[in-house]
Amino acid sequence: MDLNYSVEEQAFRAEVQQFLAEKLPAEMSEAIRVGRELGKDGHDQWHAILNAQGWLAPNWPKEFGGCEWNAVQRHIFEEECCRAHAPRIVPFGLSMLAPVLQKFGSKEQQDHYLPRILSGQDWWCQGYSEPGAGSDLASLKTRAVREADHYVVNGQKTWTTLGQYANWIFCLVRTDPEAKQQSGISFLLIDMATPGIEVRPITLLDGTHEVNEVWFTDVKVPVENLVGEENMGWTYAKYLLTHERTNIAGVGFSRAGLDAVKRMARSQMHRGRPLIDNPHFAARMARAEIDLMAMSTTNLRIISRAAAGQAPGVESSMLKVKGTEIRQEINDLARRAAGAYAMPFASEALEGGNEPEIGPEGSAAVAAQYFNNRKLSIFGGSNEIQKNIIAKVKLGGGA
Amino acid sequence: MNFDLTDERQMLQDSLRRFLRDNQEALRASTRLGEAATETGFSTEIWGKLAELGVIGALFSEEDGGFGGAGFDLTTVFEELGRVGAVEPFVDTAILGGGLIAALGNSDQRELVEQVIAGSLQLALAHGEQNSRYDLAQVETTATAEGDEIVLNGRKAVVVNAEAADHFLVSAREAGATGDEEGISLFLVPRDAAGLSLRGYPLLAGGRAAEVDLDGLRLPSSARLGAAGAAYPALKRAITRAEVALAAETLGAMEAATDLTREYLLTRQQFGRPIGSFQALQHRMATLLIELEQARSAVINAAGHLDADPAQQALQIAAARNLIGRAGRLVAEECIQLHGGIAMTEEYALAHIAKRIVMADHRFGDTDTQLERFLDYSAA
Repeated sequence: MDLNYSVEEQAFRAEVQQFLAEKLPAEMSEAIRVGRELGKDGHDQWHAILNAQGWLAPNWPKEFGGCEWNAVQRHIFEEECCRAHAPRIVPFGLSMLAPVLQKFGSKEQQDHYLPRILSGQDWWCQGYSEPGAGSDLASLKTRAVREADHYVVNGQKTWTTLGQYANWIFCLVRTDPEAKQQSGISFLLIDMATPGIEVRPITLLDGTHEVNEVWFTDVKVPVENLVGEENMGWTYAKYLLTHERTNIAGVGFSRAGLDAVKRMARSQMHRGRPLIDNPHFAARMARAEIDLMAMSTTNLRIISRAAAGQAPGVESSMLKVKGTEIRQEINDLARRAAGAYAMPFASEALEGGNEPEIGPEGSAAVAAQYFNNRKLSIFGGSNEIQKNIIAKVKLGGGA
Repeated sequence: MNFDLTDERQMLQDSLRRFLRDNQEALRASTRLGEAATETGFSTEIWGKLAELGVIGALFSEEDGGFGGAGFDLTTVFEELGRVGAVEPFVDTAILGGGLIAALGNSDQRELVEQVIAGSLQLALAHGEQNSRYDLAQVETTATAEGDEIVLNGRKAVVVNAEAADHFLVSAREAGATGDEEGISLFLVPRDAAGLSLRGYPLLAGGRAAEVDLDGLRLPSSARLGAAGAAYPALKRAITRAEVALAAETLGAMEAATDLTREYLLTRQQFGRPIGSFQALQHRMATLLIELEQARSAVINAAGHLDADPAQQALQIAAARNLIGRAGRLVAEECIQLHGGIAMTEEYALAHIAKRIVMADHRFGDTDTQLERFLDYSAA
């Protein structure tokens, strides 16, 4: 048992820190710190900076142009990026589709799509959920019918994150309606510019537009856009979901969030004293911090095993549940700290307008983030689904 | 012992519920975040009709020109408003503004209360400040006498209904130190007064507010409400009434949230059956319904003690708001979670209702502040 990072790992951390200090634009870091939206240009800019450094694809094998970092290195990288308030790397192409193509895609697909993901030429979005298929994803109904050298796709996807920026979508579609649910599904790559595709925005409860509905009406997709074999899509989807669950614990986000809460609690006065001195508020913060300290070590335990080549089991479900609970609790603390200044809907401040914040620094985003991050326990397999997985493994029986 | 509404209050509840149901569309329009960009943040047409219906009059006693004004009148009205997530400024114009003028005003000033009850006047209480958080006595804004005039200087924070208001009730210190209860006065300030400027913005849970700057604002001393430096007890009383109203409004919103969720659990199909047939979700729904009844009783405790002796009143109201703060957060978060993504969309009614529930905790004292008050009053 040794809780310390190795000398090599510490050197790696220093290298990451130096890169961030030199290459992360200050205004970008500031925008992330106060919770402003970055927009497509901002994401593209950070994508290009990481690509120039060769650090865009930590999880890809070197043969495809990735870093091939192990789990500990990836963790250090993510932790330092969060600490420096670097933008989140949009995961759909890089860490969701790419592993599937690398394992199940054809040589032609790998040669064509992977470089375009790195260069930023393609922005991918995910066509999984449907209005009737959420937690029960395998009940999806979007239909693809083979006609000569193409499929004709009809149906609707939803919760398509940042689909408004995407030029490609990877989709789960039903190719065999007679087969048992999971066995009639295929994995298709679809050009968003194909006639018959319509993207409709969904406004979320905090006023943001980050998800969309994507409608397909007689959309023609060439057969060479099928990944792997027809009707084997569920296998690929499950493989993809295991990658969606990396960094599921969100330790870095929680640390940054807790620091922000502390900053605000120092500046806000309560009964003539800084809020951070208030025993009730301080106790809430302490509980969150205590939970985070333990969860962060659970995270490292799993990462360390993964680096040694052991696949994570139910522990990743446990991390998802606990990690999202802690992040949501920290969002709750932040809105409490802002007091009445949590009430304004400060869209201008969040969208990068020139108006100064209405309340104390960082207060404009707190309530919006509190509501927006209710999604953490819903998406990527809801926390209920994660508990089903844990229970099924530990207790046996049905989910 | 009798927990039924009186006939009059039952009639009020019935007619208000019917009106709100029939006007769902117009009420809902004001709750959309984009719509909050309109000048007032609410529908003045609905406001007028609700005044006609007697809803504002129900919040004032007979001696103030109304026909109610007791704790259970407030809770009857606000529970209904909460059920539909109404953003109309009943707390600000009627309970706080109208209530304070009725309590402190001279006969000339009190004529404004009639206009409030008639629905023709809007008010805003400009009391909270950047450093006051939820402490009512933390007033740094100053009022200085110059001959027959009063000069106001300071900044008021998150003044709800500011842009719609015809008059502001501005608190300012005429004597004592920041934090003293003594020395705080209230002034009636017309919205077009020189030296008054607003920076308005929409609120996340609907309605609008503003930062209000008072820069050498001059008033005749006749603009003072009540005696110099003696406004604190009336302020506390008005805000206590507002807290009861807000607790009832939140209870109504919690009812709406649990109704929507129960309905969704019964109809949403996943894995070939309604998700409400899963025991894991059934138990969570049951917990919410238990907390809802706790909240209902807490509101009854608060309303029933609104005119009790001050120690009992304060204790009961702090207890009710602490409980509602805890139960409300649970209901809002769990109802969203039990729905899944659909409840995250602005389009779906629960989204606005959940925001009303959670953001109510940011007015007049949050859950922790109520706990502190409860401890203070228990020790006293």
